[in-house]
Amino acid sequence: MALMASTHGSPTPAPISPPGGEGRGFFHKHLLGIEGLNPLEIGYLLDIADSYVEQNRRANKKKSLLKGMTLINLFFETSTRTRTSFELAGKRLGCDVINMQTDASSIKKGETLLDTAITLNAMHPDILVVRHSESGAVKLLSEKVDGCVINAGDGRHEHPTQALLDALTIRRRKGRIEGLTVAICGDILHSRVARSNIHLLTTMGARVRVVAPPTLLPAAVERLGVEVFHDMRRGLENCDIVMMLRLQQERMRGSYLPSVREFFHFYGLDHAKLSAAKPDALIMHPGPMNRGVEIDTVVADDIHRSAIQEQVEMGVAVRMACLDVLTRKARETELKNGGAA
Amino acid sequence: MSSVPARPLALINARLIDPTLGYDGPGGVLIADGRMVAVGPQVTAATAPATARIVECAGKVVAPGLIDSRVFIGEPGFEHKETLASASQAAAAGGVTTIVTMPNTKPAVDSVSLVEYIARRRGDDILVNVAPMAAATKNLDGQEMTEIGLLSAAGAVAFTDGHNAVANANVLWKILRYGRMFDALVVQHAEEPSLSKGVMNAGELATRLGLSSNSPYAELLQIERDIRVVEATGGRLHFAQVTTAKALDVIRAAKAAGLPITCGVTPPYFALNELAVGDYRTFAKLSPPLRAEQDRLAVVAALQEGLIDVIASGHDPQDPESKRLPFAQAEFGAVGLETLLPVSLELYHNGHLSLLQVIDLLTRRPAHLFRLPGGRLAVDAPADLVVFDVDVAVRIDADKLKSKSKNTPFDGHPTQGQVMMTVVGGRVVYEA
Repeated sequence: MALMASTHGSPTPAPISPPGGEGRGFFHKHLLGIEGLNPLEIGYLLDIADSYVEQNRRANKKKSLLKGMTLINLFFETSTRTRTSFELAGKRLGCDVINMQTDASSIKKGETLLDTAITLNAMHPDILVVRHSESGAVKLLSEKVDGCVINAGDGRHEHPTQALLDALTIRRRKGRIEGLTVAICGDILHSRVARSNIHLLTTMGARVRVVAPPTLLPAAVERLGVEVFHDMRRGLENCDIVMMLRLQQERMRGSYLPSVREFFHFYGLDHAKLSAAKPDALIMHPGPMNRGVEIDTVVADDIHRSAIQEQVEMGVAVRMACLDVLTRKARETELKNGGAA
Repeated sequence: MSSVPARPLALINARLIDPTLGYDGPGGVLIADGRMVAVGPQVTAATAPATARIVECAGKVVAPGLIDSRVFIGEPGFEHKETLASASQAAAAGGVTTIVTMPNTKPAVDSVSLVEYIARRRGDDILVNVAPMAAATKNLDGQEMTEIGLLSAAGAVAFTDGHNAVANANVLWKILRYGRMFDALVVQHAEEPSLSKGVMNAGELATRLGLSSNSPYAELLQIERDIRVVEATGGRLHFAQVTTAKALDVIRAAKAAGLPITCGVTPPYFALNELAVGDYRTFAKLSPPLRAEQDRLAVVAALQEGLIDVIASGHDPQDPESKRLPFAQAEFGAVGLETLLPVSLELYHNGHLSLLQVIDLLTRRPAHLFRLPGGRLAVDAPADLVVFDVDVAVRIDADKLKSKSKNTPFDGHPTQGQVMMTVVGGRVVYEA
């Protein structure tokens, strides 16, 4: 009856059905982590993101796909890059973006994470992009809201859009992920970027190595399907990708490492160590870089080797893809209801 | 104030379990004036006094009431989590007739007046016996020993800093040496504090979840050091919860060497492993953390072997605001008074222990360790008893717990065994 009014008559030109044929798609409500996603889902997100890369290089970058929708960037931990990237992604898809930077002090004022979630939920955001300093906090919040939630980094747990943008960068440069050897180097213990990348790259069939001193490796890390190296030259041997991690300032002195100087000596990426990797090995870093701590300035700026700028570009495309895919169900429902009215 | 003398009570046609005599067989118990006046097959409806209330047990178990040697209460200071009264209601519903309370309150139980306050609390709202432990150090800060002699005289049954290990070797040394004068029992939280700042057990799951973790070695290090302090001082030391295979091995050796060392465990460590943390379940956030499966199996084996002296609940009530938080920010602890018996009975139903052994770990052995009456079915003994159905299937339902706090990792857990009646000092304090 009323159902006959379908997408045909809709004035919205946005294509709702995913390209790539039957059965492909991404049907999770939230994006909380990479762990648990299958290769088809990851590949699908990367395909969509690829299409947005081209759009972002045009002068007119804007689409109206998410027109009328609201995205809240809810950051309980300071961030400029990731927040800006999500903000741009939202705006380029035509939705309204609100930034909320809530540092730890306002938590101390008494409002709990769940209170915040319930309050914001009452404002009917369609997408919540959340970063929090505690592992599992974004999942906890996602249980109390109606809209879809994207994890923009929770503690040391996951940072799924970073892993996706890294994968897109690799795929565009190397044409594939499967079969590549990737070395992830530095502070694995405290890194959500490392965990998400390990899950994604192993799921997609890459060989993953982690290179770090024992004090910066989590327990039983080999159970995640990676090879462990303490000697960086050996760890980089014949690698296709060298992925550096940021070393947080507070880890540099004392209990994890003796000094910055010693860390750079053994684990800083310079040309000498890099020479162990394949000649065309790609250098990546999630940023912001500590030049002279985990990466030598000359290496970081080597335009032939470094993909660091490109990672930032891919970040916007990947986040657009995530926003697009996660809101599809809500947009389809809206169309049906709108058509019936 | 109870001017009306209680009617005699006759529990008949029961399966009596008396760990002191090692008896498991049919019989009944006659109770009058707060004591058992007859125990055995001769107690029947025909032999009971005419005034007695007769309870037909129909083969259900009658055993000494459980003695729970590790119970955190919120009073004073955290009454919104648990009061003595609400803890005693939970205890009664769980078949527990004596609770040994922990000193981790606000203020801490480190003074004679607070020990007396808890030891002497009596009244209609306090349904079970309460035996307080006192702090081992003033304000539980691990620096200066408390008045062990005066606190013992006031009724403290043991000395502990509860959740905190007495970390300073010199302080522990002095407490054990000084405490010997009073034959004081010291109860130690066995985790080396500088290695125990994490929130779950070290291993693959902690790594996947991105949670900070404690190595099982934290427990081993503390226990190995403490054993040497016991060897040097001769004081009695009880490790409240031993949860790892390696630590159990060194305790076995220390006991074989004749040192005055004992140890306990709580049900989560033999019924669950670290996987219960799952997707950041804060109700499974315990201290020490839930361990790997091979450690859980070692705990079960140590219970079979008799190496572990007591099973306690470790009852640690937390309100929702303390648990509905990101995992690292949530409080440690789980309630346990009402799940102590059914979860411990898994050891019997799974064939690891006899029913007599399970009851022994829950009654006679804690009574012996803490020098408490109880743990036997005998004429003239205080009438502290539990009647339970050992076989009935029950799914644990957190919402039905009597405790003020519902933080159990066993919600939805299928168990066998249900308390039908709890008697304390001849008074029926719970009936299903």
